[in-house]
Amino acid sequence: MNATVKPSQLIKGATGDWEIVIGLEVHAQVTSNSKLFSGASTEFGGEPNSHVSLVDAAMPGMLPVINEACIRQAVRTGLGLKAQINLRSVFDRKNYFYPDLPQGYQISQYKSPIVGEGEVIVDLDSGDSITVGIERLHLEQDAGKLLHDQHATMSFVDLNRSGVALMEIVSKPDMRTSEQAKAYVAKLRSILRYLGTCDGDMEKGSLRADVNVSVRKPGGPLGTRCEIKNVNSIRFIGQAIEYEARRQIGILEDGGPIDQETRLFDAVKGETRSMRSKEEAHDYRYFPDPDLLPLEFSQAYVDALKAELPELPDAKKARFIRDFALSPDDAGVLVSERESADFYEAVLGKLANAARDGKLAANWVINELFGRLNKDGHGIAASPVSAAQLAAIVDLIGDATISGKIAKDLFEIVWQEGGDPRALVETRGMKQVTDLGAIEKVVDDIIAVNPDKAAQVRDKPAMIGWFVGQVMKSSGGKANPQAVNDILKSKLGL
Amino acid sequence: MTDLTSLTLAEARDGLVQKTFTALELTDAHLAAIEAARVLNAFVLETPEQARGMARAADAKLASGEGGPLAGLPLGIKDLFATKGVRTTACSKILDDFTPPYESTVSAQLWRDGAVMLGKLNNDEFAMGSSNETSCFGPVVNPWRRDGSDAKLVPGGSSGGSASAVAAGLCLGATATDTGGSIRQPAAFTGTVGIKPTYGRCSRWGIVAFASSLDQAGPIARTVRDSAILLRSMAGHDPKDTTSVDRPVPDYEAAIGRSVKGMKIGIPKEYRLDGMPPEIEKLWTDGADWLKAAGAELVEVSLPHTKYALPAYYIVAPAEASSNLARYDGVRYGARVNGRNITEMYENTRAQGFGAEVRRRIMIGTYVLSAGYYDAYYLRAQKVRTLIKRDFEECFAKGVSAILTPATPSAAFGIGEKGGADPVEMYLNDIFTVTVNMAGLPGIAVPGGKDAQGLPLGLQLIGRPFDEETLFSLGEVIEQTAGRFSPAKWWA
Repeated sequence: MNATVKPSQLIKGATGDWEIVIGLEVHAQVTSNSKLFSGASTEFGGEPNSHVSLVDAAMPGMLPVINEACIRQAVRTGLGLKAQINLRSVFDRKNYFYPDLPQGYQISQYKSPIVGEGEVIVDLDSGDSITVGIERLHLEQDAGKLLHDQHATMSFVDLNRSGVALMEIVSKPDMRTSEQAKAYVAKLRSILRYLGTCDGDMEKGSLRADVNVSVRKPGGPLGTRCEIKNVNSIRFIGQAIEYEARRQIGILEDGGPIDQETRLFDAVKGETRSMRSKEEAHDYRYFPDPDLLPLEFSQAYVDALKAELPELPDAKKARFIRDFALSPDDAGVLVSERESADFYEAVLGKLANAARDGKLAANWVINELFGRLNKDGHGIAASPVSAAQLAAIVDLIGDATISGKIAKDLFEIVWQEGGDPRALVETRGMKQVTDLGAIEKVVDDIIAVNPDKAAQVRDKPAMIGWFVGQVMKSSGGKANPQAVNDILKSKLGL
Repeated sequence: MTDLTSLTLAEARDGLVQKTFTALELTDAHLAAIEAARVLNAFVLETPEQARGMARAADAKLASGEGGPLAGLPLGIKDLFATKGVRTTACSKILDDFTPPYESTVSAQLWRDGAVMLGKLNNDEFAMGSSNETSCFGPVVNPWRRDGSDAKLVPGGSSGGSASAVAAGLCLGATATDTGGSIRQPAAFTGTVGIKPTYGRCSRWGIVAFASSLDQAGPIARTVRDSAILLRSMAGHDPKDTTSVDRPVPDYEAAIGRSVKGMKIGIPKEYRLDGMPPEIEKLWTDGADWLKAAGAELVEVSLPHTKYALPAYYIVAPAEASSNLARYDGVRYGARVNGRNITEMYENTRAQGFGAEVRRRIMIGTYVLSAGYYDAYYLRAQKVRTLIKRDFEECFAKGVSAILTPATPSAAFGIGEKGGADPVEMYLNDIFTVTVNMAGLPGIAVPGGKDAQGLPLGLQLIGRPFDEETLFSLGEVIEQTAGRFSPAKWWA
């Protein structure tokens, strides 16, 4: 990405421009019913210690058994990231003491991860796109949780999360701005949600990121990096990068060194704080877990999963552009969230003539529906207008039963009151008038009472707009605008 | 009636089926023997009520002809096996009075087949030791004494309680575990038979882990036949242990008496140590002669990497142990010694909860896995392990059916006699046995003679992976010739 750094992506310091280099380690909770190495439930929000097996509590003599469902999800995710799938991988123990880690080690993958290099194409608001390399994806166990507010002098431990499967997705240091990093996480989250391998719920901690930030003079050697741990919202990721980059630039410009260290992001103060230095870093004493054999599966297993992979955002976007002539921007908006794309596709499925009205439907989903949802603060799941209802409205426009203007009124009625749009058009007399005779009569009447304007229009053809307005007004907006135009032109001799 | 505690397990089984005596009588006889032998310190927990309950249940089943293969046979269980509702400590203070709400797969299979639990047997703390002197319950005493001496001897370890109890007639058989020789060395020291099956033959689920890639459960019994009967019940695939192997368990007892004619028996030249005591030399030659007399063919074989086995073992085993024992942190179960903060609590708990040998191995293991040392120690040890394995594979590829070696470099030694200043002195006990764990092979120890002071000595047979049957056939040939070994009863 070095070659494409633009001046606008640099930060101006007292000593000149600085370039930020960002890499992310995203921890994504695997969507599965049970934990990575035990049969305990992964359900969120249970009573403390209600989803804990003997294995999760590290009772003496307990042994881990790999949950195949989690392996499947990791492979599917790897495929979604267009990554190398390793047919043989190894689980290692990462050893350290902490009360939320019952075994005294986390089972993870160190030297031989299940997924190798891949890539994610990230679209930016500017219309540009960048490719962020994926270094690896590995499976590991989540830890439990300490509760410090239950007792005056003691901390309590909740092991419900202990042993839940996480995918750690490590990017290459390919991002240069906080915007790129945020867009990357958003895109990665979208891919995971399309795949159904992670619910992406950052509020519940299902997706969180360790952010590696360093700065350097443009094109210079990489600087010393700091790792900001466990940032749990896309907005915070952006804030943490901005703060951290400026902190590092400040130190460097004052002639100081950057200490390689682990930092925390304080969302309240919007700043990063030192957590531990390199010297204090744990020696994790990784070694292959002797309780687990190396994980091996066949290429046929991978191929079968690949064949059943759902369509992912990039492919869907390309298809929308190709089949329905959507603009890249519109297609991008529709595919960015799986739910939006699903809704749009549901509308397409209900349309009488999707090939003709697909683009019109996209406009309606993006402009009318999303606009209205935003205004009312609803998510798409809570939309009062269903895909079938929206498709019916688009159909009515497409087959010239109503005009676009009337359609907006109809949409508002459906939003407020519900009902079958086609029936509403009938019962409320909203049908567009395409009866040429009726329109001709209105046109004749208007020309008759405005002879002066009819004379002027021959010299100033643009005045036809005034006649169109009059006709539409007198038809209550229901006259077919195209027919009105045609008839006016012939009657006025244009 | 004959003394029920002097029967073999097979004899007792037949007596029960023929209704010569009841399971309750058999169990009571053993409970009485245990009570009279407390000076041996073999049992760390006696469970007489449970035993009688299980014996009555076995009698009911035997009466209706529904008794399993082990119906009514009283056994002892090494305290490394989790027993549901019965205190399980691995003979470490750190587990305190931990009482598991689960049963190990191996012991559960014994109960499934009708066996009766007499109690929990002493062992070296977390199975780390070769003399049963590291147990937090104190050392186990070997029922054997040197001729004309009343010095207390060790029964070997780590399964010292199992070996001592079986040799002294306190139980008909016992469960044991073997990480570097912990079944075979104590069996050799007590004149009993012990088999460490192929790695993966028995489930490790519910057995307190020492070194996961080496640990394997097996029986200690008074005869080869008895050990075959017990192993059949203990072995088998367990979906809860992914290192256990899914292949059928043969009827091991059927291998007893099978001809060994024409079998090639390897005699590894590297096991002939400098300064090997003449009585060990003689034991080995005798064993070879007996097998030859039974029709086997003796061939000299080479296992060139043998000399690296012990040092490599003392890297791999402590490395795994240092990680396996991290869970004993005072947070969830077992002993806790509080401190001013969490780190101090860990330090206090683990410093006071673990004994000296366990602490030593945790420190060795932590060191060899540390950044900068991993490649030089752990990784190299694993490479040595691969070479040791290959030595055996090449040997078996030449048509060798089994390998004969001494089980230990000496007979039982005195309590407090070894390893005080130099732990390596103790570690050398495992010189003939660790290779087998490193290669994951089955190995059986069978008594083959006595030393000059009248103490039993054991021979070891090493087999091909999952060919325990050949070991039973060959072991029985040795047993038939050498005879059985029983200590003179001095303790009651």
